Parts: sequence; structure tokens; C-alpha cells
Amino acid sequence: MIPLISAALFAFLLAVAVAVARTRDLFAAAMLTGIFSLLSAGLFTLLDAVDVAFTEAAVGAGISTLLILGTLSLTGSPEAPPRRSWAPLGVVALAGGALLYATLDMPAFGDPGAPAHLHVAPEYLADTPEDIGIPNVVTAVLASYRGYDTLGELVVILAAGVGVLLLVGSGDGGGGGERALGSESHVRMREKLVLRVVARRLVPFVLLFALYVQFHGDYGPGGGFQAGVVFAAGLILYGMIFGVDEVRRVVGPRAVEVGIAAGVLLFIGVGVASLLGGANFLDYSALDPHDPAHGRHLGILGIELGVGVTVASVMTAIYYGFAGRSRRA
Amino acid sequence: MTLAGHWIYWAIVALMMVGLYVLIARENLVKKIMGLNLFQVSVILFYVAVAKVRGGTAPILVEGAGDVVYSNPLPHVLMLTAIVVGVSLTAVGLGLAVRIRAAYGSVEEDELDRLDEADP
Repeated sequence: MIPLISAALFAFLLAVAVAVARTRDLFAAAMLTGIFSLLSAGLFTLLDAVDVAFTEAAVGAGISTLLILGTLSLTGSPEAPPRRSWAPLGVVALAGGALLYATLDMPAFGDPGAPAHLHVAPEYLADTPEDIGIPNVVTAVLASYRGYDTLGELVVILAAGVGVLLLVGSGDGGGGGERALGSESHVRMREKLVLRVVARRLVPFVLLFALYVQFHGDYGPGGGFQAGVVFAAGLILYGMIFGVDEVRRVVGPRAVEVGIAAGVLLFIGVGVASLLGGANFLDYSALDPHDPAHGRHLGILGIELGVGVTVASVMTAIYYGFAGRSRRA
Repeated sequence: MTLAGHWIYWAIVALMMVGLYVLIARENLVKKIMGLNLFQVSVILFYVAVAKVRGGTAPILVEGAGDVVYSNPLPHVLMLTAIVVGVSLTAVGLGLAVRIRAAYGSVEEDELDRLDEADP
């Protein structure tokens, strides 16, 4: 049954991808990439990657589609007719052939003896209950065993956020025209009674759900990355329907900019606290000298909060930047 | 090498190649970024497919359930952070496209080349 469902999902994914490649209407292509992400989130769930599915659904189907739509309102939608050329097709056929040839050497799908499953993964699965005492091993690896990697990823997100702010501006300045993301759409959307009523009821629960995902990430699927994008998606949804100025009254651009840095500082702060406790950087066992597992649990809560704050702030700042620019355009 | 053991990798390669084709064949910069997104999701799918263990379940430990097989949590961690990094970089790419449009009045690559040649 499961292989059948995955095969069907793959067929849908391929159809959507080909449709994205073929259509010249970029708005349609943007919506199709959103559908592509949602379908792939379904496939992630089937492949046991619930945390990944969660992130992909919030990011791919939510935020990145909105960003593309916002860009299109600035760059224009119809794509110029493509130049006919066989060279790209040749390159793709060659690369695809090489990759297919490489898969022949791979262990079969789902093989428990595959090298990927024999290195550190069994240790993580076996040691997590004793070391940290939380059931979600993905959170344990992300926040504790591989805290350095996660800090690096968070700094990349910070750098990308700063880059976008430098490129498109923080959305602060600018004439008072009524153009927000995507352009005049929110004026039209404000007239839609159903959207308005539903959004007003829904957004508080989206934000509440983000907080649940944030603090329940040790026990179920979730954590800082997912909570951050869900929280930002809630704010952006509100901004899409009621206009970006309404959101900026609640969460000011200044607060968002402070949040970007504060999250990373909190993460590093937890690391420094463990240094001061006499252990290595990001070795949280020092946070509670009497019970190392409890100390690690505290450390995970702290750095996940840092991740959540930075991710939510960066996503919101990017939205403000694009929305502010389309208002000036 | 069997159909049952490898078809999922082949399907992922096919998806990946559609993304790569959009990335190199299309002239519109925003469309290129969409192609890059398709490519990225395919790569993530590949890692997650490698992490799957037959008969396994999501790596969230079930207390007192005896012998449960879990899928490999490590690729999940790497991929979920990669998604968020990916969307941040998508935003940087889109920001560049917006600035190019403001400077040149177009986001079509051949048009940009023509403008550059006309006014070096």
C-alpha cells in the first residue's frame, strides 16, 4: 500500500515539475511550486521524516511561494518565449544518465544494512533516552549532539537575512502608495468577507500553534526551525490580507531586526554558559551540575528558542523588505 | 540492482533533472530560481529516501515498546535545517532579481546580455 501511495505521489510530483517547466505564466508556475512542496511534504511523511515534512510544508508551500509572488509583482509575470536550443537538454540527459549509473551501486531502498545506518545513527538512537531523556531523536541530534552544525546553519540564515535587507531595504522608507505584497492585491483581498473573517479567527491559532511546536519539539515533531517559519507564516498571512502596515503596527521592523540578532546571541549565550560551568562550548550537561540529562534538556530548550526567534525574525524581515519595496515601486 | 530496490532513486533523479533543465534552459531569472527550488527539494528527497529503513517508523522513541525499528534521524536533521537555509538563500536570489529589474528593466537573461553589450 505504502509503495503504491509513494509511486502516486512521485507521479504527481513529476507532472507538477514538468508543468512548472512548460508554463510561461510565472504566477501559475509560482503556485505550482507551492503544490510541489506540499506533495513532497506528503512524501517526506511516508518516508518517516515527519520533522522534515513539517518544515517543508511551512516553508515551501507557505513562505517561499509568497516570496516568489511578491517578486513577480515587482518583476512582471509573462516570461519571454524560450529560445529553442537542444544544448540544455543534452546536458540534462548526460547528468541524469551519470546519476542513474551511480544509483546502481547504491544499497537497495530501505536496506537496514546500508552504510548510512551503521555509523553514528544507532548511537544517537540508543543513547538519547539516557543522555537527554527526550523521545524526539531528531531534536536531540539537532540541538545537542550536533549543536555546532545548527549554530552554523543559524548564522547562514542570519547572513541571508542581512543580505536581503541590504538588497531590498528593510521596507522602512517610502511613499505612501497603497501597494503592498503582492501589489494591489491586499486592497482587493480586504473586500473579501470570507477571507477577512477566517483570517482574523485563524491567525491567533497559527501563532499559538507555533508556540506549541516550539516548546513541544522535544516530545513530538517540531522545534525552533519549524516554529519560526510557522510563526512568520502567520504574520505574513495577516499582512497579505490586511496590509503590511497592520502587521508592522504589531511587530515593528525594529523589533524584527533586534530579533534576528537576539536569537543567535541566545544560542551562543547558552554555549558560553556551559563554558562558564566548566564544560565544553555547547555541552549543556554543565547547566545542571546535579543532573546532566536535565542540564542538556534545559540547554536544548534555550537554543531551540534562539533558533525560533532568529528564523521567525529573518522570515518576517524578508517579507517586510519585499512588501515595502513593492509599495514604493 | 532491482526495480523494487531502486525505482525511488530513479524517480528522484528524474525530478532533479527537470529542475536542472529549468535552471539552465530558461532565461527568466525568477523562473531559474523556481528551477533551483525543484532541484533542492529533489536533493532533500534523496537524503530522506536514503534515511528510510524498511519497516521503520519516525525517529521519535516509543517508551517501553520493545524492539521498534526507527529510520535514521541524522539525514532528517541535516535536511530540515537545509530547507530553512534554502528559503533564506531563495530570498537573497529573489532580492538580486528585484535589484536587477530595477537597474535594467528586465529579468530575461538574453535581454540583460544585450543591454550589457550595448552599454559596456
